[in-house]
Amino acid sequence: MLAAVLSLGVMSVVFGLLLGFAAVRFKVEGDPLVDKIDAILPQTQCGQCGYPGCRPYATAIASGAADINQCPPGGEAGILALADLLGRDPKPLNPENGQVKEKMVAAIDEPRCIGCTLCIQACPVDAILGAAKQMHTVIEQECTGCDLCVAPCPVDCISMVPIAQTIDSWRWPAPEKARIAGSYR
Amino acid sequence: MQFDSPTSPHGHARTSVTRVMLRVIYALIPGIAAYIYFFGWGVAINILLACVVALVCEGAVLRARSRPVWPFITDGSAVVTAMLLALALPPLSPWWLTLCGTAFAIVIGKQLYGGLGYNPFNPAMLGYVMLLISFPLEMTSWTAPQMLLEVKLGLIDAASAIFAGRLPEGLPIDAFTMASPLDTLKTQLLLDQTVSNVIATSPIFGNIGGKGWEWISGGFLIGGLWLIYMKVISWHIPAAMLGALFTIAEIFYLIDANTHATPWFHLVSGATMLGAFFIATDPVSAATTNPGRLVYAAGIGILVYVIRAWGGYPDGVAFAVLLMNMTAPTIDYYFRPRVFGHDRK
Amino acid sequence: MSANLYHDGVDILHGQRRLWSFHGGIHPPQHKHESTNLPVIRAKLPERLILPLHQHIGEPAEPIVQVGDKVLKGQMIGRAQEFLSAPVHASTSGTVVDIGDYAVPHPSGLNATCIVIEPDGEDRGLEHPRVGDYLQLAPSALRNLIRDAGIVGLGGAGFPSYIKLNPGKLDGIDTLILNGIECEPYITCDDMLMREYPREIIAGLRVMQHALQARVCVIAIEDNKPEAFRALHDAALHEAGIDVILCPTVYPQGGEKQLIRVITGKEVPANGLAIHIGIVCHNVATALAVHRAVQDGQPLVSRYVTVTGGGVSQPRNLDVAFGTPVRDLIIQCGGDPAAVKRLVMGGPMMGYALHSDAVPVIKTTNCIIAATEADIVPPRPVMPCIRCGACADACPVMLLPQQLYWYAHTNDLDKVQEYNLFDCIECGCCSYVCPSNIPLVQYYRYAKGAIWIKEREHEQADIARQRHEFRLDRLAREKAEREARRRLKKASLAKNQDNTPHTEEAVDND
Repeated sequence: MLAAVLSLGVMSVVFGLLLGFAAVRFKVEGDPLVDKIDAILPQTQCGQCGYPGCRPYATAIASGAADINQCPPGGEAGILALADLLGRDPKPLNPENGQVKEKMVAAIDEPRCIGCTLCIQACPVDAILGAAKQMHTVIEQECTGCDLCVAPCPVDCISMVPIAQTIDSWRWPAPEKARIAGSYR
Repeated sequence: MQFDSPTSPHGHARTSVTRVMLRVIYALIPGIAAYIYFFGWGVAINILLACVVALVCEGAVLRARSRPVWPFITDGSAVVTAMLLALALPPLSPWWLTLCGTAFAIVIGKQLYGGLGYNPFNPAMLGYVMLLISFPLEMTSWTAPQMLLEVKLGLIDAASAIFAGRLPEGLPIDAFTMASPLDTLKTQLLLDQTVSNVIATSPIFGNIGGKGWEWISGGFLIGGLWLIYMKVISWHIPAAMLGALFTIAEIFYLIDANTHATPWFHLVSGATMLGAFFIATDPVSAATTNPGRLVYAAGIGILVYVIRAWGGYPDGVAFAVLLMNMTAPTIDYYFRPRVFGHDRK
Repeated sequence: MSANLYHDGVDILHGQRRLWSFHGGIHPPQHKHESTNLPVIRAKLPERLILPLHQHIGEPAEPIVQVGDKVLKGQMIGRAQEFLSAPVHASTSGTVVDIGDYAVPHPSGLNATCIVIEPDGEDRGLEHPRVGDYLQLAPSALRNLIRDAGIVGLGGAGFPSYIKLNPGKLDGIDTLILNGIECEPYITCDDMLMREYPREIIAGLRVMQHALQARVCVIAIEDNKPEAFRALHDAALHEAGIDVILCPTVYPQGGEKQLIRVITGKEVPANGLAIHIGIVCHNVATALAVHRAVQDGQPLVSRYVTVTGGGVSQPRNLDVAFGTPVRDLIIQCGGDPAAVKRLVMGGPMMGYALHSDAVPVIKTTNCIIAATEADIVPPRPVMPCIRCGACADACPVMLLPQQLYWYAHTNDLDKVQEYNLFDCIECGCCSYVCPSNIPLVQYYRYAKGAIWIKEREHEQADIARQRHEFRLDRLAREKAEREARRRLKKASLAKNQDNTPHTEEAVDND
């Protein structure tokens, strides 16, 4: 009787200490779930999800306020990755948030630019260079293709153009499915 | 000037799935010939019937799944499945037995999993096991070898026995059937007989194994060696399966020769040779890495012995293959060859 | 071995060093004798030479000529960039008529920047300074000379050679292997080169040996080229420290890692280079180019190209000036471009199909196969993988192509990397032996590209995130500053109204 009480007591102390140690040793800083979700999101910062940027959307997903199918730039792959991370069922993109489009970059028709800086203020990633009354230009590598600069332009000199494929950016395509008799699964 | 521009390589070896399956079929011929010689025309009728049923089922399901029918009907895989199943059935099985088994193998064992290349289990063995569990009586009433029969059955007699269940001159079916050597051995050992006693008293035993079975096994061995020579199968699976079976049989034979048959008996009995060269080597359901194949096949060899010696069924090849099929993906994951330029893990 | 390899009654293979072997490999039909019957001649100069600025691995060259400039043969027209690059030289004398985008040899069929030269027909060469005795030159000076001659690996990869002539911090390397394997079917340009210039190749090898301070040199030749072997063997007979070795034919023995394994028994580590284990491998044609650069001061402006396949009536090797369009070569070899079904640059195993016959010959072009229906396998339906493992048995890298395929076609990019996708050398053995006719190599190329794209997208997303966060910080800071200024103003206004004596102090303190 005494032995049983003692051994159980010792065990509870040992496990308690272990748990306490683990809680201190493996303490997680910040909210890792939001970071993980944010890492999946494409960082376009376009706001099509209804939140002012990718991280607010990630926070909303983590808190359950937003669904996982509200990000058009992330596309199907993004939804699948989110579903996988969160252990939810994947679902098609919510059409209210927009459609999946090819990634484009903004291009300013420079002769028509009046230097109003409205696009610079709209750009979420500071990818447009220029100052008041001076011509603006887009840093193509930094442009996320969010579209946010197009609407504010008072002279409609910004258009979204597809990214040209070069020999350096070209990669082998997947084999054609048509020839494959067994790939209907 | 525009040219077609597919990816390299621009040449291809003269090989195809059909060619591989045809070679398997050719390799079965010596064993089948011996089988027909010793057990009569029923074997041939079973094979033909199974092939027809398999092709019809395959075509029907492909059509129902709206897959292209012709490339898959002609790939030969359904015929191979049908032949392997038919070779596992008793030579005078009623027609519906063959039909049920083949249809089950093709429709459920193969097509419902996705067809060629996607079945996790050997379809022929699934069909066989389904029959063995559902119709144990029919599946164990084995025909006696021809030399032990007083009345020999011709082609017409065999056909009428299979399709109409009628035997010539009103003879009972018992006149043609007896337990297979493995079955006999198993039942007699349970009656506290010694192995040497059983073999000496029963007429169905020959020099090493059952009468006729030695030759049939020899036929499958020859066909199997040819398949290895032609590089249709690799040596790993037959060698590991036969090696493991031989080793474990030898161990128990050395421990007690009275209650355990010789390792040679195990090698030439039942479906050992057919299994080692034609069933366990089914690439779709087997392990695919060479180290994995050794483990996989050794597992089959051991399980065959375990089932034969201590299980409820006289032969264990089908169960052993299906059990190891289940483990194949895991084996493949853990037994990978070392990659060039990498250290051995 | 079919050929007679006895020399003065002595078996010259006797006492050859021990060879090793690598896993897998295949033996496709050779088709080599078709193009070795006719002697090598110079290809006619075309009306216009199209010289891409990117004919090698690394950064493209920068043009240093302008439209309208007169150039001489051997004059540098594209300068090498700082890091990993090679210059481009005019391959004949003439006028620069355009610098712009033209179709170049590439599997994508896309255009790239080229310098177009209209030959003046005089083929006048630039006088190059000659190097007297290269042994007097420091290895680094020798390397610069080789870089300026525009020499890249001529076996097909096009890696700038001067980088592979740098032994690094080591005091010399152990083995320098000269690759005369030429294991791809159809290609015979190295074979012809070895038959014709054995002494020059060995001279080039000596230069390389000096640059690398290599202890021993090995020249490896497959046994389907007995003439080339005998030529080099005879030329090296009285040379110390050069081993000419005959290797049994097997594809892909010419792969650098495979050849090193065969010659030395060593494996180049998966993430390492040959030089890390003290071995350097160069192609025989590269050695000849090095010799010419050092001996005659001649930059790389032409090469041997095999023109073969059922689409040409006189398959042969030509000495082709870089920039010559493929169409001209096919016509010169008695071909009808209209009868050609597929045009392959390189060998049938690893070469790529050209989209157009207007593309030029570049430094890495070793072979043009004008394939008719008879040369190529008609497309057959692709069947599902039956996991037979024939691919794994053929793979020289001991990968599991069936597993790689499984994960590549389901787009599982993490798993393909776990199964060592990036060790794949894309030799094509697996596709060649696949009974289900699956285009395995294309799946691997696709998967490699998909991983590259995904990683790039990830990097871009990270940059975008940083920039966005930086912007938010900036906006917050600006807002705070505005707020602070506003409050200050308000405070000072209030104080001014109160007319207290401390107001100015407070403003000054700010």
